[in-house]
This record gives sequence, structure tokens and C-alpha cells, in this order.
Amino acid sequence: MEMTSVTASILASGPEIIIILAACTVLMLSLLPGPGHVRWLAGISVLMIALAAGMSWGLASGSPQTVYSGMFAVDPFSSFLKMVLYLGTALTILMSGGYLATERAVKGEYYALLLCALAGAMIMVSGNDLVIIYVGLELQALSVYVLVGFLKTHGRSNESALKYVILGAFSSGLLLFGLSLFYGLAGTTQLQGLQAALAAQDISSPLLTLAALFLLSGLLFKVGAVPFHMWVPDIYEGAPSPITAFMAAVGKTAAFAVLLRILMLDLVALEAVWRASVVAMAVLTLGLGSLAALVQQNIKRMLAYSSIAHAGFLMLGLIAGGTGGLASVMLYLLIYTFMTLGLFAVIILLNKGADLGEPISAFAGLARSHAGLAAMALVFLFSLAGIPPTGGFFAKFYVLMALIEAGHAALAVIAVLFSATAAWFYLRIIMLMYMQEPAEPAKIRISPAVRLVLLTALAGTLLTGVLPTWFLGVAQAAAAAGLG
Amino acid sequence: MNGLPVLSILILLPVAGAAVVPFLRGRDAVRWFTLLVLLADFLLAVWILAAFDPASAAMQFREARIWVPALNMGYRLGIDGISVWFVLLTTLLGWICVLASWRAIAERVKEFMTCLLAIQAMMVGVFCALDLVLFYVLWEVMLVPMYLIIGIWGGGNRIYAAFKFFLYTLAGSLLFLVGLLALYFAGGRTFDMLALMAAEYPFRLQVWVFLAFLVAFAVKVPMVPVHTWLPDAHVQAPTAGSIILAGVLLKMGAYGFLRFSLPMLPDASQYLAPLMITLSAAAIVYGGLLALAQNDIKKLIAYSSVSHMGFVTLGLFTFEVNGMSGAVIQMFNHGISTGALFLFVGLIYERTHSREIAAYGGMIKAVPVFGILFAAFLLASMAVPGTNGFIGEILVLAGTFGVSGWAGTAGVLGALIGAAYLLGLYRQMLLGPVKVPEGSVMQDLRHRELACAAPLLLFVFWFGLYPKPFLSILQPSLDHLMTQIVPTGTAQ
Repeated sequence: MEMTSVTASILASGPEIIIILAACTVLMLSLLPGPGHVRWLAGISVLMIALAAGMSWGLASGSPQTVYSGMFAVDPFSSFLKMVLYLGTALTILMSGGYLATERAVKGEYYALLLCALAGAMIMVSGNDLVIIYVGLELQALSVYVLVGFLKTHGRSNESALKYVILGAFSSGLLLFGLSLFYGLAGTTQLQGLQAALAAQDISSPLLTLAALFLLSGLLFKVGAVPFHMWVPDIYEGAPSPITAFMAAVGKTAAFAVLLRILMLDLVALEAVWRASVVAMAVLTLGLGSLAALVQQNIKRMLAYSSIAHAGFLMLGLIAGGTGGLASVMLYLLIYTFMTLGLFAVIILLNKGADLGEPISAFAGLARSHAGLAAMALVFLFSLAGIPPTGGFFAKFYVLMALIEAGHAALAVIAVLFSATAAWFYLRIIMLMYMQEPAEPAKIRISPAVRLVLLTALAGTLLTGVLPTWFLGVAQAAAAAGLG
Repeated sequence: MNGLPVLSILILLPVAGAAVVPFLRGRDAVRWFTLLVLLADFLLAVWILAAFDPASAAMQFREARIWVPALNMGYRLGIDGISVWFVLLTTLLGWICVLASWRAIAERVKEFMTCLLAIQAMMVGVFCALDLVLFYVLWEVMLVPMYLIIGIWGGGNRIYAAFKFFLYTLAGSLLFLVGLLALYFAGGRTFDMLALMAAEYPFRLQVWVFLAFLVAFAVKVPMVPVHTWLPDAHVQAPTAGSIILAGVLLKMGAYGFLRFSLPMLPDASQYLAPLMITLSAAAIVYGGLLALAQNDIKKLIAYSSVSHMGFVTLGLFTFEVNGMSGAVIQMFNHGISTGALFLFVGLIYERTHSREIAAYGGMIKAVPVFGILFAAFLLASMAVPGTNGFIGEILVLAGTFGVSGWAGTAGVLGALIGAAYLLGLYRQMLLGPVKVPEGSVMQDLRHRELACAAPLLLFVFWFGLYPKPFLSILQPSLDHLMTQIVPTGTAQ
């Protein structure tokens, strides 16, 4: 590489470099003795994320480019989704302090690992080469394995971590197998190169189908689509609550970014291979998530199934395709991050100790004891259920719009019927909050950091619902630039 | 006052009130404040009616602001000679609800009044909306305060009733959403209702969209067989909730047919009219028979609503001017008289805590003012000549006989059954020896309660004896609707 292209590459990957440097710095500072400095590490992490966000913002206004010999793409599409990742991670960090204190697990490496996971997710979003995508995915996954088991003394946390490592390694294997088949067929792993090579080949070749299905399975495992969803409830339940929130928002965004880039932007030629199976899986994912959530007693398990159902909705956006479909998925991921993290902040406030579990009944009578908090939870829950005028409604509305534009009215009908079913379990929590008396008056102290999380999530959830114009415009422009 | 966005003020006044309520101190302050806000809203609605140009069929007081330009979604408002009456009805029942809840709601008064204010803004918004998405958003978000009103302040089985209400309506309205998106793409990518009404759609699309809309509106009306949420919701809801449900929410289903199905999908409406007429006739007779078998007052009135709303949908799908104007009149009158009946049931219940019909007797002797007013509203609900119910029902029947003899016969039968159960209720509760449930003292109407009943009584006799002003405002808009439902000829 020439000198200029090296400089350009480093500049374009500036946000990733900042986050990785921040992770290293936080890790080293965490070796300082005493627990008092850990709070500062959270602050430093958030500041560095803000810095990276500023840099991504700057890069987004430049023209789309691929750097590092075409392995790394910096375009409006990746910048938009990176913003979602920054938002998700920053809110997770802000809500973690109180939780770690309750669980007596205040350690600096927690933040370093979160930053590593963020860096991995960012590389997935920008990866323009199957190998780079794989590297990002592993960096993210390995950091999250450790974070899931971060409550060392809790059995559930340890069990989840072990399960996640085993199943995660299995899915990585599937992905790698698909990747190697692609390399064998095309002689390259770079996405545009792959597309050019595939254009010359017979699309109905069984080997190509096999390669596509392996790749797809590995990725769909990460988003928790049926039939690769088994890990989701167990691991969501056992992981520390902020990490559950992180997986739901950031993990899902990164995995969908890869799916979108591969299926919609670069390997569109393979559409005939994946379409039927993705349609079937989307319907199953939506159905299983909506129905299984109905009977859960643990709030995190319930949200795990709800997250599966939302993944199904996101897959519908993918099926719809076109600028509308792409923009709808991007917007959905942003809105989902706002509302899910908002609700998790409430769950964390209600946490009395992870060893006690998180029963749904903890919400009982919240409207009596903490009217403001209950009202915010009400907004997040109605948003997750897709009731206007919240962001959750607009997210679903826009996916449905893309589906109908693409002529998939039947899928739209299936989607809304499952949405109506899913509303039941969100309503159940609202019922507990507003229509039942508290078992024991809960004492909840809301720290300024958590207050910031709640207000940001609330503002985001309402703003994306009532005045979605700006968000929609950015997402549509990014989608159009990506497809164009 | 031409430049003022009157409709926005009408919608935003209760919203502003809802924002102030949490900061008030004392229950009475909250009650008085809510009452004044909703009274002001009502007076504004009266002013709008007075300033309304009765000669014009066009949308008046129009407002249009950009909302989401990329999707051609707008904040578009306007009312015609039909919706102006529903705006009036909504704002009238609004402050009556506050008075009806004055003592009945003693717990969490602030939250309750916030819900009342919020739901009023949304209901008025639904009748003013000229943008499909705006309409949909308001239509659906209305479920939230109603869910809370039933679920928090309702009776013993309130949670079941609140869930049932919410999920039935939500499932219906989500299909409505799919239908409206289909119209958006077929009608030139706009959510402007007037533009969508002017567009023409292929027959197959019309039928599908009609069916999607049908589910949403039928749940709301409610039509047989999706009416089962209504008795539960009514029985469990507090008085104000019942008044809003019967008075306004049920009208929205019929309003949906009137605003969307008929003008936008005329071919499908004609094609599926036999289905609609059958369902309506079934609702009239079946609802009536169910009402006949009830011994709970609220349930009886709830089932009578199913029957009476059957007349509305029957009239709408006759495609004939008498039937359709009868339907609109019946909608308005049902809001008045059934709203009043639920108000009175609430007043009785406050005194005796019993809704069992057999536990009462001779109320005209015991509490004469109460008894006579209750009797008047029962007669209005029965459609006795001289009361408001009469014109609506007779016009619907006149229209129906021209189209379908057996449906007309079913209508007459339903009216007879209606007379049977309402007269039965009348005889049992008002006549005969004085009887009240044990341990309760009947007290005649207080001033506050009279103030609720008086305006409703005024409407009962005004529309019963001199409906001309009402009809003259309604007529141009109805005539315009008649021109819109002429089939475009794309059928088959």
C-alpha cells in the first residue's frame, strides 16, 4: 500500500482505533488498587464513545469509501448503524454502575470488555470482507462471553456463560465453514470480489447453496432467529441485566448489519438461494417469540422471547428489500435500542440481587410507589408493543409499509396478528404496575447516570414516534447511498 | 376568527389540561379544573357548530401542516356536516363524565381526570382527522386511557375486561393498518383522506381492503360475532368509562364505515352489502334477544347497544338516502340516549351498589325526579315518537324495506324486542311497589346530577320534535357521500 492510502485507511477507521485504545487504557487503569476509581473508568469510556461518535459523524459526511485494500467500508450505512452501537453501549455503561454495586462486582475490566465488544461490533458493521467480518464477530462474541459470566459467584451467570461459549463456538464454526466454501468457489472473501465472481457462476449450484446456508445459519444464530434461538432465553436470563440489554441492542444491531450488508448490498445475486428459507424463518421467529413470551414469569426471559419476536419483524424488513426495506430495518434497530435500554434501566432499578431472579411481579404497584418511573416504563412497554405515538409503532409501521410496497401483503397480515398477540405480555406488566398493589414498598434510588439513561431513552422513544421525519430522512439517505 | 386553528385548539385544550392536572393540589381542585377545561372545550364545539356553514358539503375549518413529508403524511384536520355532530357529542359527554365521576371516583383522582382529558383529545381528533395515519394513530392510542380507566377504576373483574377490550380492538385495528397501507400505495402514495377518496382502486384490492377495514370497524361497533368484549367492558367499567364507550367509541366503528369503506371502496361496499346487511340484521335480533335475557342493568343496556348499532350499520349499507341519513341520526341519538342510560345506571349504583334489575321497584314513587328522567331516556332508547330515537329508526327501516324485505322485517322485529326488554325494565324498576336493595337509601337527584341529565334531555326532545336544524346541517354532506358511493364500474 502507498503511504496516502495507509493514512486514509487509518483515518477512516479512526472510531475503531479510538475505541480499542480506550479499551486498553481502561484495562490498564483498572489495575490501580482500590474500587474508588472504577466510576471514573465508566466516565472515561462514555467520553471516548462520544469522541468516536463525533468522528463517525464527521466521516459520514464524506463520500463512501473502502479502505485497507477493500476490506473495510466507511459509508452512510455503517455510520448510521455505528451511531446505534454507540448509543446502546453508552447507555449500557451508564446503567451498569448501580447494578454492579448491588451485585458487588465493581471491576474496571467490565468497561474494558464492553469497549472491546463495541469495537468488535463496529468492525462487523464496517467489514467488507468475510474474514474481517468474522474477526469483528469473534472479538465481540468473546468479550460478551466473559461479560455474561461476570457475576462470578452466581451459578446462573456461570451457567449462561458456559452455554453461550459452547453454542457460540458452534455457530462460529458454521459461519467459518460457509466462508471457506465461498473462498473455494470464488477465490476471494472480499464482498465485491465475491459478487463479481458469483455473477459468472451458475447460481443453482448445490455447493453455492450449501455455502450460503452455512453462512446464513451462523449469522441467524447471532440474531436468535428460529430455529437457532434456543440459547437466547437461557443466556438473557442468566447474564447480568445490563449485559442482557447490551446483547439485545448492540449484539442484534451488529448481526443485522452484517446480514443486511451481505444479503442486500453485496450478495443480492444469491437472493434466490436464501429468500424462501428466510421467509419461513421470519414467520417462525415472529410466531415463536410472540407466543412463548406469553407464559414467562421471569422478566428477562420474557424480554428474550420478545427480542426473538422483534428479530422476526426485522427479518421481514430484510425480506421486503429495496431502499424502504433497508431503511426500515436500520430505523427499527435505532428505535429498538431506545426502548429496550429504557425498559432495562427500569428492570435494573427494580433489581434486588441477581440471585433472587427477576420475577415479573417485581413491577406490581410501581405506579403507586414511583409514579414517574411507572409512567416511563409504560411508554417503553407500549412502544415495544407497537402502540402509537411511540417509536415502536413507527418502526413497525415502516416495516409494514416496505412489505406492502414489495407486495408481501400476506406477510404483513401475519406480522400484525402476531403483534396483537405480543401486546398481551407487555400489557400484563402495565397491569401489574397500575392495577395491583405493591407487595412491599420498594425503595428505589435513581442515580443521575440512570436518570440520564431513562430520559435519553424516553426522549428517543417519543421523538422517533411523534416526529420521525429527521430520523427517517437519515435512514433513507443512508439506505439509498448503500444500494446506489 | 378565520385564521385561528380552531380544531387544533379544540384538540389541544384537553391535552394542555392533562399536562396541568398533575401539578394541582387537592382532589376538588382537580375535579373543578377538569370540569372547566372540558366545559370550555364544549363551548368551543358549540361555537364551531354555530360558525359552521350548513350549505356547504366541503370540509370546513381545514388545517394542514407537514408531518412526515417523505411519506406524504400530514397533520390534516377538517370537519363536515357529519363529523361536526360527533365533535359536539364527544365534547358534551366529556364534561358530563366529569360530573358523573365527581364522587364515584375517590381514588387516584388525578390519574383518572388525566385519562378523561387525554381520551377526549383523542376522540375529537379522530372525528377531525383528514389524514389516514393521523386518524389511525389517534384511533389506536385511545385504547391506552380506556384500558387504564377500565383496568384501574373498574369493578371486580376489571382486569379481564380491560385485557379483552384492548386485545380485541388492537387485533382489529392492526388489520386496518395493513389495509390503509395498501390504499396508500394504490392511491398515489398519500395519506390525505380527501385525495384517497378521489382515487379509484381495482375491485380485488377494494374487497381485500374492505375486509381488513371490516374487522377493525366491526370490533368497534361492535357487530355480531365480535361483540363479546362489549358486555364485559361495560359491566366492569366505571360510569364515565361506560358513557364514553357507548356514547363515542362505538360510534367510531360506524364512522369508519362512513368515512373510509363507503367513499373509498364503493364497489366492494356494494358487492359485500348483502353480508353487511345480514350481519346487521343478526346483530339487531340477536343483541335484542340477549338483552331480553339479562338481569343486570348494565349488561342489558350493553346488549341493547349491540342491537341499536345494528340499525346504524344496516342503514349505512342500504345505499339509499333515507337509510343512510337514518343511520347517522341513529348514531348521534344512540350516543345521547345510551350515554344517558349508563349515567343513570351509574347514579343508581352509587346509591345502592346493586345492578340487579329484580332488586328494584316503584322508583317513580320513591325518587320521582330520578324516575321520570330515567323513564324519558328509556322511552328515547325505545324510539317512541316524539323522542330523538324515533326518526333515526324509522328512516333506517324505511330505507331498508326498499332494499331487502327480510332485513326490514328483522329490523321491525328487533324494534319490537327492544320495546319488550326496555318496557320490562321500565315496569320492574319504575312501577309497582317501592323496593330498593337492602341497606341502601334512595335519594333523589342532586343538583350536580341534574346538571348532567338536563342537556341530554334537551337533545332527546329537541331532536325528537324539531330535528330540522340537525338535518339541514347533515344533508349537504350526506348528499355528497351519496355521490361518492356510486360504483365506479370496475366491479367484475
